[in-house]
Amino acid sequence: MVIALAIVRLHNIFAVVMLTGIYSLVAALLFVVLDAVDVALTEAAVGAGISTLLMLATLGAVGHESAPPRRFLLLPLLVVVVTGVALLSATADMPPFTDPTGPAHTHVAPRYIQESPSEIGIPNMVTSVLASYRGYDTFGEVVVIFTAGIGVLLLLGGRRRRDLEGE
Amino acid sequence: MSEHVVLRIVAKLMIPLIILFALYVQFHGDFGPGGGFQAGVILAAAIILYALVFGLDYARRVVSPRLLEVLAAGGVLLYGGVGVAGMLRGGNFLDYNVLADRPQDGQHLGILLVELGVGITVASVMLLLFFAFAGRTRER
Repeated sequence: MVIALAIVRLHNIFAVVMLTGIYSLVAALLFVVLDAVDVALTEAAVGAGISTLLMLATLGAVGHESAPPRRFLLLPLLVVVVTGVALLSATADMPPFTDPTGPAHTHVAPRYIQESPSEIGIPNMVTSVLASYRGYDTFGEVVVIFTAGIGVLLLLGGRRRRDLEGE
Repeated sequence: MSEHVVLRIVAKLMIPLIILFALYVQFHGDFGPGGGFQAGVILAAAIILYALVFGLDYARRVVSPRLLEVLAAGGVLLYGGVGVAGMLRGGNFLDYNVLADRPQDGQHLGILLVELGVGITVASVMLLLFFAFAGRTRER
């Protein structure tokens, strides 16, 4: 929360990128506390590691300072406040944290927990859900990453070929 | 960055360990936390560290962007290929039970191959992104 406020207030983008990395690391620690080690590992590696690096690489291209805001913007503030109130009121309708009768714990989770040792036979249930029960979803994610890579290459990598032709 | 002796030595010591850890996360994902996504990112981080310390040209010589483009597509194809292999052996798409004689062995094999595909694609795409951004910065 403190980090998020600091990110909003700062104008030096370099410091903002560093703080974003720290924020990801704190979030990863939070996931460890919640016993979600797989998510924590991903958050630490992707959020704190690679995305910080990519943003730094971008900073090297565009410079360190952002232009200070010219005037007080009412519409964005209004949108943020309305969305925040909607999210908070929706949170009140969710079942309490660690409630065993909540929908998340009564739908498919018990079947995964009871059947996956005999059906899949590997100890890490997260892996068996990700790669086997939800294999389609994971396949979609890989295709998304691949597509994103192609997109960036088309946007940024084209210059390389023109440079070669120019030589 | 060739004048920073300490950085170069420490990086030389760290990079093999990081790659080893990436392989551990990749193939130990069945038993502990981890899997293809995390392993791919860690592997990419090792090469990016190499590129940062020793320079982009050396890194491009170690893993050429051309190879990475092929690998990125190859990972997706490996994942899809496992799914199609399941279909060819009489199951549904991405049904690993039919890949081996026992359903559990099939699941093991399928998950291992699928995670490998994920890892290859993630590592290659991350490196391609880094090369694209870093190469652009240098050209200015």
